[in-house]
Amino acid sequence: MSDSKTDANVEKKVPTRPLPKLTELDTAEFWQATAQQEFRYQQCSNCDIIVWHPRAHCTGCVDGDLQWKVSAGKGTIYSYSVVRLSYHPFFRTKVPYAVAYVDLDEGPRFLTNVTGVDDPLTEVSVGQRVELAWEEHEELSIPLVKPESE
Amino acid sequence: MATQRRDAAIVGIHEYPSRDVEGKVNALQIKAASAAKALADAGLNWSDVDAIYDAGEGAPMSGLMISEYFGIKPTVMDTTGVGGSSYEFHAAHALRAIREGKAKVALLTYGSTAHSNAMAIGAGGRGGSITPGDNMETFAGQTLIANYAMVAHRHMHQYGTTSEQLAEISTATRYHAMRNPEAVQAMTDLEFVGIQETSIEDVVNSRMIADPLHLLECCMVSDGGGAVVIASAEVAANCQKPPVWILGTGEATKYPENGGDITTSAGAQSAPIAFAEAGVKPSEMDIAMIYDSFSITVLALLEDVGFCAKGEGGAWVQGGRLRFDRPDDGPALNTDGGGLSSNHPGMRGIFLLLEATRQLRGESTAQVDDARLAIAHGNGGMLGARHSAGTVILGRD
Repeated sequence: MSDSKTDANVEKKVPTRPLPKLTELDTAEFWQATAQQEFRYQQCSNCDIIVWHPRAHCTGCVDGDLQWKVSAGKGTIYSYSVVRLSYHPFFRTKVPYAVAYVDLDEGPRFLTNVTGVDDPLTEVSVGQRVELAWEEHEELSIPLVKPESE
Repeated sequence: MATQRRDAAIVGIHEYPSRDVEGKVNALQIKAASAAKALADAGLNWSDVDAIYDAGEGAPMSGLMISEYFGIKPTVMDTTGVGGSSYEFHAAHALRAIREGKAKVALLTYGSTAHSNAMAIGAGGRGGSITPGDNMETFAGQTLIANYAMVAHRHMHQYGTTSEQLAEISTATRYHAMRNPEAVQAMTDLEFVGIQETSIEDVVNSRMIADPLHLLECCMVSDGGGAVVIASAEVAANCQKPPVWILGTGEATKYPENGGDITTSAGAQSAPIAFAEAGVKPSEMDIAMIYDSFSITVLALLEDVGFCAKGEGGAWVQGGRLRFDRPDDGPALNTDGGGLSSNHPGMRGIFLLLEATRQLRGESTAQVDDARLAIAHGNGGMLGARHSAGTVILGRD
């Protein structure tokens, strides 16, 4: 009897970037908006605090009223590292790659990757100006950054 | 010193010797074996334990199951789990429970088979349930090591700290590890290349793992565990070994904030509380057991707990001053060899208490002459991101 498994069944799946869950309640609205390539953040109209990461309640006051704002998408690298070793099935194929904290001009500090550089070892630095560079996926987009264009 | 209280003391300790159990022993067995030996070290028995502390690494619902497994009936249960510093929190809570008269003998245990399970702690992805914070970050592929590397890069940017200065941490701990037979065995079992004292050059020339952190600035992933018995002054008076008093404790947490400074940890909050309670100063410490997941962890924490000002750590550690045979230069660092060169099964906090106790008993393999005061400072979670800080000040009679 021949093996019924076809080549297609054992074909290796290409590893992909781990994507956020659209079902996570505090952050769902943020990720839904990324489909339109909008980077949203929350500000409280009562106490003015900028809340990041997104969540349902204000961390600045107990009678908060969080409003969604849209970032202009420009910011500065607060710190970064270039990953040389990863055991993750997707990221191990991407080394070396840069991870960075980016301070958006509006205030939120988010974790992302720096793209649009030939060599992350020499072309990424603390204090560098960057702008959003969206990576499109089926239901959402991922907010990466690239060096700011002039 | 007039207000210093001596209400509870570490009276029994055990460090599980093997760092590679080859899958033949599990975490719960390591905890139980260590607990029995620590109780025996104190001259106590299972039936004396009336307070149990557990970080939940061995089993779910650990407050229930660990008591049954050990065969004890405690009336104080505390399952604080805040990462690697959980054991400093447990010591703090045990002191309070004993001081309140709610407990006389507290038992803390830890067990892990991270090495046997081939857990990719440092360079793996993040797992587990989805928190909103994680849901914003997992897409970026930030390894745990890269998280610490980002603190190091920022520290370098703000203060001019160099890789050579960070390497001082690794060389001092390796210097101590080479005097600790269990650490040498650990490095042998984990197949370290070059089991010998290291130079600054060795460290900065080792492979880059996540810029700017090199291989020899990263802790090992081992198996291991241990136990600590903390008792009231009344019980301690009748124990076999001299008491190591818990003089002061502090707890704090910190997390990513817009505009926050990732070079300063929650230790800047917890340490002053602990020193104030103990009525002593950082400069009086003979021993500094500081959580060494990475070189930068120690450098930032040394600053935060008050050995030097923020940003001055790089210059402060230079010239080998952290070695055990340089007592005039301040405290000796991680005299067991630390997580960098002795053991790191995932949550290292209990080993800080164990080696500090050995030093104050005169039992260390890198013994500081007449060591009287020690700090055990744990960092749990991820430095620079969401983390906890637990500070414990210890002293002998």
